[in-house]
Formats: sequence, C-alpha cells, structure tokens
Amino acid sequence: MLVLPAPIVEQIRDHLRLAYPNEGAGLLLGAEQAGKREISQVLTLANAFADEEQYHRFLLTAEDMLAGELAAAEAGLDVLGIFHSHPDCPNVPSEYDREYALPWYSYLIVRVDNGESVSYRSWLLNDDRLAYTEEPVQIL
Amino acid sequence: MAVIRIPSPLRPYAGGKTEIPVAGETVGAALADLAGQFPDLRKHLYNESGELRPFVNVFLGSEDVRHLQGVDTPISEATQLRIIPSVAGGY
Repeated sequence: MLVLPAPIVEQIRDHLRLAYPNEGAGLLLGAEQAGKREISQVLTLANAFADEEQYHRFLLTAEDMLAGELAAAEAGLDVLGIFHSHPDCPNVPSEYDREYALPWYSYLIVRVDNGESVSYRSWLLNDDRLAYTEEPVQIL
Repeated sequence: MAVIRIPSPLRPYAGGKTEIPVAGETVGAALADLAGQFPDLRKHLYNESGELRPFVNVFLGSEDVRHLQGVDTPISEATQLRIIPSVAGGY
C-alpha cells in the first residue's frame, strides 16, 4: 500500500497543475514497513522530454535520479517510487510506461483534468515485465 | 575488486545486496560479470538484443560513463560504479 499524507498530495497537485497541459513528474521518498510505503518527501522535477512531446511523455534523467538517491540516503529514506500525470487521460499505465518501467518502484499516476488532479492510482510492474499490479493508495 | 552499487529496484534480483564486487577491466566487463553472478538481473539490464536498456545508466563517481568511453571505460580494482535508472513514461 502506498500511503500519501495530505501535504504530500498537495505538493504533487501543485506541481502537476503547473505542468499542465504537459505531463509533470517527480520522485516519492519514504520508508517501507510491513508492506506499507509511507511517503514523507517529494522531489518535484523538471520534465526532460523534448518540449513538443511533453503533452504525453515525461523523462527524469539519470542525473535527477542520482540526486534523488543521494537526497534519500542523506535523509535516511529510500526512493520508493515515481509520480507522473496523465493530463485529461485515464491514469492507467500505457504500453510506453511499461516499456520504460522498472519493477519494485511504485508508479503513482495522477489523472489531471483541466489542470486539477482528480484521481491517484499506483502500479507495480510485475517481475516478468509483462503487466502491472495495482497497489492500493491511502491518502491521510 | 571493483564494486557496483545496485539501486533499490534491482536489489531483489541481486540477492538483496546493495554493493556487489565485480571482476573486469572495463565497465562492460564488470556489468557482464554482474549479470553472470545474478542471471535474474540480466533481463532488467539488457534488452533482447543484448544491449544495455536505454534507462540503465552507469555512473563512475558523478560522471555518466556514456560521457566517458561508454562500456569501454577502463576501471581499476578501486573503482566504484553505480547503476542509476532514468525513468520515462507517458500515455
């Protein structure tokens, strides 16, 4: 289960509103205990995909991920997942999402309609890389 | 031996370990040794053609080895490498 305290949700919502109508993304940092992934920090990041494709694509560079790993290690946390928006589109993983996904990470996909986040769903890539399993999301 | 630091998502496929000592004189040889030690890692590191997946990045210090000599970048016994995924997606 992915646990998102309300201030974290607010940070995500603000970042995705600014990114709209493009996709926005960032990292979810926190700790995992007994199958619960509680997020305590968000790193909002720039979408590094080519400008003209950002309406349906996002990219977090290796440099961003390295910075995230180092920030997490310093705070005694782990990078547990990635959030991104699907503007005006259902928040289920696409084939493109699957192709580029890694197992283990929580992929929080937020549906953003007219700039407002309306639904939060999280997905875990299966070991065989062929499909996802939905992970429950709890907003505190 | 050189050491490769494994990111959280790939640790379950590397015996749960954070750092793995590897043999080899280049980055490519070190990665091949890693995949040989942990065959379950292979499908997440390499595509069906045996090339490193585009989201798999290898850093030597703060430098992406693609900006050095790629998989041919020489390494020593004291080298610490880090696998860092880049993440992409969209609909």
